[in-house]
Amino acid sequence: MADDAKNDFEPKILGFLCNWCSYTGADLAGTSRLQYPSNIRIIKVMCSGRVNPQFILKAFQEGADGVLVSGCHPGDCHYIKGNYHARRKLTLLHDLMDHMGIDPGRFQLSWVSASEGHKFAEVVTKFTEQVRELGPQTKMAGGGGQ
Amino acid sequence: MPDQSDGIIPQYYEDVPLEDDYLIQVPEIAKLDDEWPQAESDAAIVAETAIHSRKRKMEGDVLIVGAGISGMQAALDIADKGYRVILIDKSSTIGGNMVKLDKTFPTNDCSICTSAPKMVEVSRHPNITLLTYAEIADLKGEAGNFTARVYRKSKYVDPDKCTGCDDCTPVCPVDVISVFDEKLAKRKAIYIEFPQAVPIVYTIDYEACVGCGSCERVCEPGAISFLEKSEDIEVKVGSVIVATGYELFEPVEMRREYGYGKYPNVITAMQFERLLSSFGPTEGKARRPSDGEKPESIAWIQCVGSRSKQLGWPYCSRVCCMYATKEASIQKETDPETDVSIFYMDLRAYGKDFQQYYDKAKDMGVEYIRARPSSVYENEDKSITIRYMDTHTREVKEKTVEMLVLSTAIIPSQENQRLAEVLGIDVDESGFFQVKSIMTDPIESTRDGVYLAGCDQGPKDIPDSVAMASGAAAKAISDIVDRDQAEAVEPPEQKDVTGEKPRIGVFVCHCGKNINGYLDCKEVADYIGEQPYVEYATDIMFACSEDTQKDIREKIEEEGLNRVIVAACSPITHGGLFQDTMVEAGLNKYLFEFANIRQHCSWVHSHDREEATQKAKDLVRMSANKSALLEPLEQEEVSVIPSVLIVGGGLSGMRAALALSDMKIKTYLLEKDPELGGMLRRLHTLFPSDVKASDIIDPLIKRVSESEFITVMTGSTLEDIEGFIGNFEATINTPGGEEKLEFGTAIIASGFGEIDLTGRYGYGDSEKIMTQTELEERIEAGTLEKPKTVVMVNCAGAMEPERPYCCRVGCGVSIKNAKMIKEMYPDSDVYILYRDIRVFGKDEEEYFTDVIEGKRVKIVRYTYEEQPEVAVDDDGNVMVTVHDSIYGDTLELPADLVVLTAQTEGNESVEGLMEMFKIPAGPGRYLIEAHAKIRPLDFATDGVYFCGSAHFPKNLADTIAQSEGAASRAAIPIMKGTLVLEGITANVLEEICSGCGLCVAACPFSAIDLESGKAIVNTALCKGCGVCTATCRAGAIQQKGFKDEQILSMIKGAMHEVY
Repeated sequence: MADDAKNDFEPKILGFLCNWCSYTGADLAGTSRLQYPSNIRIIKVMCSGRVNPQFILKAFQEGADGVLVSGCHPGDCHYIKGNYHARRKLTLLHDLMDHMGIDPGRFQLSWVSASEGHKFAEVVTKFTEQVRELGPQTKMAGGGGQ
Repeated sequence: MPDQSDGIIPQYYEDVPLEDDYLIQVPEIAKLDDEWPQAESDAAIVAETAIHSRKRKMEGDVLIVGAGISGMQAALDIADKGYRVILIDKSSTIGGNMVKLDKTFPTNDCSICTSAPKMVEVSRHPNITLLTYAEIADLKGEAGNFTARVYRKSKYVDPDKCTGCDDCTPVCPVDVISVFDEKLAKRKAIYIEFPQAVPIVYTIDYEACVGCGSCERVCEPGAISFLEKSEDIEVKVGSVIVATGYELFEPVEMRREYGYGKYPNVITAMQFERLLSSFGPTEGKARRPSDGEKPESIAWIQCVGSRSKQLGWPYCSRVCCMYATKEASIQKETDPETDVSIFYMDLRAYGKDFQQYYDKAKDMGVEYIRARPSSVYENEDKSITIRYMDTHTREVKEKTVEMLVLSTAIIPSQENQRLAEVLGIDVDESGFFQVKSIMTDPIESTRDGVYLAGCDQGPKDIPDSVAMASGAAAKAISDIVDRDQAEAVEPPEQKDVTGEKPRIGVFVCHCGKNINGYLDCKEVADYIGEQPYVEYATDIMFACSEDTQKDIREKIEEEGLNRVIVAACSPITHGGLFQDTMVEAGLNKYLFEFANIRQHCSWVHSHDREEATQKAKDLVRMSANKSALLEPLEQEEVSVIPSVLIVGGGLSGMRAALALSDMKIKTYLLEKDPELGGMLRRLHTLFPSDVKASDIIDPLIKRVSESEFITVMTGSTLEDIEGFIGNFEATINTPGGEEKLEFGTAIIASGFGEIDLTGRYGYGDSEKIMTQTELEERIEAGTLEKPKTVVMVNCAGAMEPERPYCCRVGCGVSIKNAKMIKEMYPDSDVYILYRDIRVFGKDEEEYFTDVIEGKRVKIVRYTYEEQPEVAVDDDGNVMVTVHDSIYGDTLELPADLVVLTAQTEGNESVEGLMEMFKIPAGPGRYLIEAHAKIRPLDFATDGVYFCGSAHFPKNLADTIAQSEGAASRAAIPIMKGTLVLEGITANVLEEICSGCGLCVAACPFSAIDLESGKAIVNTALCKGCGVCTATCRAGAIQQKGFKDEQILSMIKGAMHEVY
């Protein structure tokens, strides 16, 4: 793809944030008036452990170019160990993505606490740029891969 | 909000005379007029108006003075029991000192993240009336019937109109040094202390305001009111809790020694906390005040203002060793290249997991230097050189660092004297509030009906403050227990919307310019109005204002709405408010959905109106998709059996039982031994006073056996536990056979003991070698013969890989027993071999100093690497060999009595209890609390609490405070009577469930069981995390409110315009 086209490309990014840490961290980014790219659309879940790998695949199928999942730092889970479940499942999914023909760079799992507004803005900015570099996701979009 | 744009203020020393404490002075009550002034619409009359006030009266059950973590905890404990609390704080926000901290030791939890939810809970609790910017002026009456006068200063901002939008601060021309940011940053004359402040109402600093009216002109909701009056409130209550906290030693007197206030790169530890804090002046980065650059090296000096009769206070400030360790390790973690060192005298890592935390800091490269530096000087490049004497070589050395942090002591508030006069209570010799008795009544003040919580009676860490606050709540309740509980407001009957076509109403909030200034709210509302199932959509100025709430209720009625979406700020702060509005309109609260278009959209994309508008449309559309699929959720109610089971009849079990008895709650007190008393039965006297253990325990046993609410079951053990919070059933082995008991909540008070040292330190080889407890038994029995030389070995078996913790009580016990022997036999030589003397807090350090100075007890410091050896020769002579790490020589001490201060561990019964109650234990079988800082008495399992040495060894005062605190916690469900369970729970679709058991294994709360091949959810245990739902391969278990189809509809909504 030509560089110009890449720069014009606005990726669609979906973010799953846990209620207790990362969603609140995203709130703090707002309260602190930090600026980050507007590509991300956020879905709140109670715990990152709620994120079924199916959601991520579904998002790609519906046309997402990148998916971000963020929860409490390991050890800080509001539900004791939900984020460990997320970590196990989603690390496995991450490893499988290559196999499915989707660049693993299109999916990211991160830990953002309720006090890390800056970190949230940073994660989103970096991830958006990373996905922008990768260009549009065509492998599964539009129900592809079926 | 503090102005962070300029970062740290470099030369704040020149700007701010340090003598000035910059606190707002309260106008004298005596100046108050009964007459109101004539109102004039001119800001300039602010000064005039301030001394006039409006009078009103309030009634409640308990008045709490101070809304830091202790005051908030006490308030919640009382309000949750159905009694009405009036909570006042002199600051414009609640939260106290804890919210200033970056992280908390030893878990490195973010401090604001753990305190903010408590602040919100306090502000939303129907039984708590919050009065900020208010101080107590008088307290008359007696326990059960007090009349207080509370003076509430005007904030000159209408709390009902202020939306916390922050439009006012950029236009304010006045800069004020921020006390909240420890004078490292500026704020405006109109301000909130920090972004998460509660209530989120701005305050005009009356002293600083120039009355220009700029804020009034930009405030869209018209919240600025220069005519807002101060209030003079008469408050009638039954009891009072004082939780006014502490101040920190301001080391200006040590200008010469440590250069604070003279050299810019010398700061206090609290200032360093603000630098580390993500919402502090440097947004979480350590920076040198002299030039704002990153320091390559930082040193901490401990005991600044503490452990010194000459400069400061004689007591140990209890928390400084650990907070310095925390700050140093956070710095090391963030920037491993930084050279980080701590100058200390004794490293007091006495608490649960503290020693491990300290060991970890050492592993990370934090250098600990044992010295009390004599002086520091500044170099030309503004770095600081510290002069100290190396305790090993006795040489004077120097170390140069780019930044020096002084670990300043917790000291009594300067206002304590005045407050004590107002409250009619005493202060102690240091200026802290005097407790009635540290050995029997550590929560009571010297006035009946007035209780103390937190650091206003002495330095404490957060969990000890929280535990004491719960204890104070139990005490305060016992004075008013015969009063009627506050009546819950019955909501209107809920409309049944099942089977109805979704009719969604959407309210898009402008939040003044905060949303509408950066995106087009009207366009969003028009767009969403066209979406499927959206029946009504509008844009509104302020969704949270009282009149809009009324609008929403009316529209629900007029338009027949059965789902509502508010597109505004955040569900975290405002979700509860709109859910309440739903309930008031007769709709189930789970039919409400939030779209966050402020924090997640307008504020973070404020440079591209088009993009932001598009994103807002998408966010609201996603919510609409989910809203159409929302279902009303039922919140189950369970009744609570009104009795408590207490496991363990030692000091803590008995104190908990008595506290519950004072609240007229029935308890079963279970003790495995034939008699009550536990560990205290084996002790002679108790640290840090010389009161006899029997003088403590005997009256307690008498009171317990006389209480009509306590059933004592001695010689009995637990066999099995079934059920959950509110409805437990126990099977108990009693001397008379098996018995069944039903109870609502349980307290574990299973205690602790010394470890078996057989084969080590010569223990078991000679009659002359014994543990501290055995020594006390011998003294108690009168069989201790006069020894010539006594050697006590502290930390026997402690802080080793197998048991890596410090036992917390050993140093105190050894000092007390050494003193006792010297008093019995003044000619005997007594040695204490120690690693660090960990007598922490008030009273303990003083006791220690007194013994060392007066009793001629010799102390010898040894290190972990060179442990003392105890040898017994063939003739039975005992020789102790120890390497003195301070003087460097090896001592050979022929001893005719060796006393081992043995490491401790939790009672062996803990293993069975863990299984039965589904509770965890850590190293040394000590039980693990739900949260190390803010839930120190609870388990993650609801309805089960704990106290005393089952948690970790502790002294008498801490044990009593914790036990009464656990009683308060256990009483909450009982006094509520019924429990409303969370509506968002897991639900099994039986026809799909294959009974594979994956969800059972995944559930963090053991809420799922397999019964006849199907998963069954116990909704009383389910917390609604949804981990099971994500784990099920068949979609057979669904999280209500977050079902697969609901989340999938949002995924689709995010990607496509068309539903």
